[in-house]
Amino acid sequence: MSSTENINKSSSRITWEGCSVLLDINDGDRLVFARLSPAAKLKIGNKNCSLQPLIGCPFGTVFQLDTSDSDGPFLSPFQPKGDVNNTDEIKDGHFQAESKDDQPNSESKDNRSLIDNNTAQSLTGEDIEDMRRQGAKGNEIIEALIANSATFDKKTSFSQEKYRLKKQKKYAPRVLIRRPVARSICEAYFKKYPLKIGFLRVDTLSLLLSMANVSSNSDILVVDMVGGLLTGAVAERLGGTGFVCNSYLGQTPHSMDIVRIFNLSDEICKRIVRSSISDLLSPKESRPQNPKQDVGSVESQSIDQMSVSVSMEEASHSPENGISDIGAENTTFPALKAYKATKAGEKASQEILDSWKENGFSSLIIAAPDLDTWTVVRDLLPLLSNSAPFAIYHQYLQPLATCMHNLQLEKMAIGLQITEPWLREYQVLPSRTHPHMQMSAFGGYILSGTKICSS
Amino acid sequence: MLASHPEKRISFNRSISYGDLVIVYERHDNMKAVTVSEGSVLQNRFGVFKHSDWIGKPFGGKVFSSKGGFVYLLAPTPELWTLVLSHRTQILYIADISLVVMNLEIVPGCLVLESGTGSGSLTTSLARAVAPKGHVYTFDFHEQRAALARDDFERTGLSSLISVGVRDIQGKGFPDEFIGKADSVFLDLPQPWLAIPSAAKMLKQDATLCSFSPCVEQVQRSCDALQSCFTDIRTFEVLLRQYEVREEKMESFHGDDNGSNGSLSRKRRQCSDGNYVLSDSTSSVMARPCGEARGHTGYLTFARLKCFL
Repeated sequence: MSSTENINKSSSRITWEGCSVLLDINDGDRLVFARLSPAAKLKIGNKNCSLQPLIGCPFGTVFQLDTSDSDGPFLSPFQPKGDVNNTDEIKDGHFQAESKDDQPNSESKDNRSLIDNNTAQSLTGEDIEDMRRQGAKGNEIIEALIANSATFDKKTSFSQEKYRLKKQKKYAPRVLIRRPVARSICEAYFKKYPLKIGFLRVDTLSLLLSMANVSSNSDILVVDMVGGLLTGAVAERLGGTGFVCNSYLGQTPHSMDIVRIFNLSDEICKRIVRSSISDLLSPKESRPQNPKQDVGSVESQSIDQMSVSVSMEEASHSPENGISDIGAENTTFPALKAYKATKAGEKASQEILDSWKENGFSSLIIAAPDLDTWTVVRDLLPLLSNSAPFAIYHQYLQPLATCMHNLQLEKMAIGLQITEPWLREYQVLPSRTHPHMQMSAFGGYILSGTKICSS
Repeated sequence: MLASHPEKRISFNRSISYGDLVIVYERHDNMKAVTVSEGSVLQNRFGVFKHSDWIGKPFGGKVFSSKGGFVYLLAPTPELWTLVLSHRTQILYIADISLVVMNLEIVPGCLVLESGTGSGSLTTSLARAVAPKGHVYTFDFHEQRAALARDDFERTGLSSLISVGVRDIQGKGFPDEFIGKADSVFLDLPQPWLAIPSAAKMLKQDATLCSFSPCVEQVQRSCDALQSCFTDIRTFEVLLRQYEVREEKMESFHGDDNGSNGSLSRKRRQCSDGNYVLSDSTSSVMARPCGEARGHTGYLTFARLKCFL
């Protein structure tokens, strides 16, 4: 693949073979990361369907599961006829027409006559299976269910809409192709598997990137124990310039699985390097002499290579090539690793290490729930250029409070602030606007500041 | 301001010279932007500071006044700039700015359209996000405000990334030259719904739009206007809570000698009944939310251009 082609692909708005996608099934009910290939299959309910039709489509395309063909279920592009709403309802044209002459305020129906005795639906499971066998499409089954529902006409238009949506999710599930970028990846993990990313919410991540002044041509030092989300998000903002140095305490680099989910070009991947904190702290010029350390880094390299070759095998044997459900037990992405051996995370060369020691890093971001905040900050802060900003994430307040207090006592930084973001989403609908009933009550804390010259 | 200019980039060896923009830091809530120039002085409650004394000093260092008072001189960043810029309009602050850049998915190389320019607080962060090869085209119908914004971007060294146009976007929409070219559109207008049809024409497929409005009635009308061409329409409010951190001494009492910690300072006190008790004084670092905070800035409505096959 030529490098220009590669750059185009990383910002491409059209999918390609081998590209990573986030599949949003039934409006966020299920979120799946996948790598598109002709062999990749996605299981929806009890149906297995090929991801082949998704290759070469614009991101944002919606597909619907079609079970009417005798050759088996397949995904076909779906064009919503009516408007797409901002809550969870996807209305179709029929409802749209109805709701126009039926103002919400003039609604006269209510739920007084609804009795929950499970006799409202006269179609049986067998009837539906018969329809399917005769090649009925999902939408036809839904219409039949509505026609055979004794109570549908008595429902308010809102609950009719809800009924329709529920049946659509079951009989005609929809799959939306999302672009895997920092926002969508963070939101997906936060919703389905927040532990993996240390409960880092998208607004908190966005603040970390701002507060640390992440911009092209900067050299950003990170301690990322949130699965690589932070490293990937920083690399995305660097756009193939500068460096993000993913540093780790001890001999073993932290996992960066999530970096592979981003569609980062080779140019961008080359800018992601790794270094142990002890290598960063050792004085300039002196090559790491500690034999134990040398063995350690070689070892970790060979482990890397091994895991790649192992997962190659896994991928070629796995029937569900390239698919991984977030929050499911298998939370590594073996097939993703295998498909494209991304060069992200090479060991930082001595030359780069020396240049950092000479000039200092432009900024520092730490998201390391398992490390003692103050000691890490105390050791890493001197590696930053003077006047460099930094941002430290933690899901607990106390480690940051202690760290802030010590930074003040040691006069290492100014402009120190502990910030907790608060994010609330709204439902906006005619005469029905209000905050969402459920919200995330906590997105973590950030300690930010600016390093000053030690005098 | 940005690292894109290698000679302006912060490093251990970078020192202040004439022509540099510095942020003079007194306290976290008291900062000022100053362009270092020959023969100039800075006067504040700490005394008189001669710019000539600053030359050759490192960024992030202390400088002293004739009276011995001191301030810190910091390298400018978009965050610091937001705190010191002159307010010609209501501005966006860090929480909203950060979420806008993240949710609009702005990365280096993007073409971003903005209206209005206002005081250029968000524009500065947009420029950082699209650098080094992208561009921000920002429009304001107010000629003087546009000119002042241009001056500011010149001063912060961002003028190669930002073009400021004078145009009534609500009335005339964005210029036709951007049709189908924009990766993102940001609207901060009193009647954003008037600009939404034009914004939709400017965007690439699946590209993102954000509208910022302080009032929920504006949001209502904007969301209505978004329905026909956009999907994934989501409205958020984002606020920040700041914490203050103190070390406080606290006393605890024990009825007897046992179970007390040797590292604590300890006093014997006689109680009214004649017995002695131990009083331990411990100090701990504690944090609590600040008493006052910004309670509302505006609603951020994000949307994505519908994908037509």
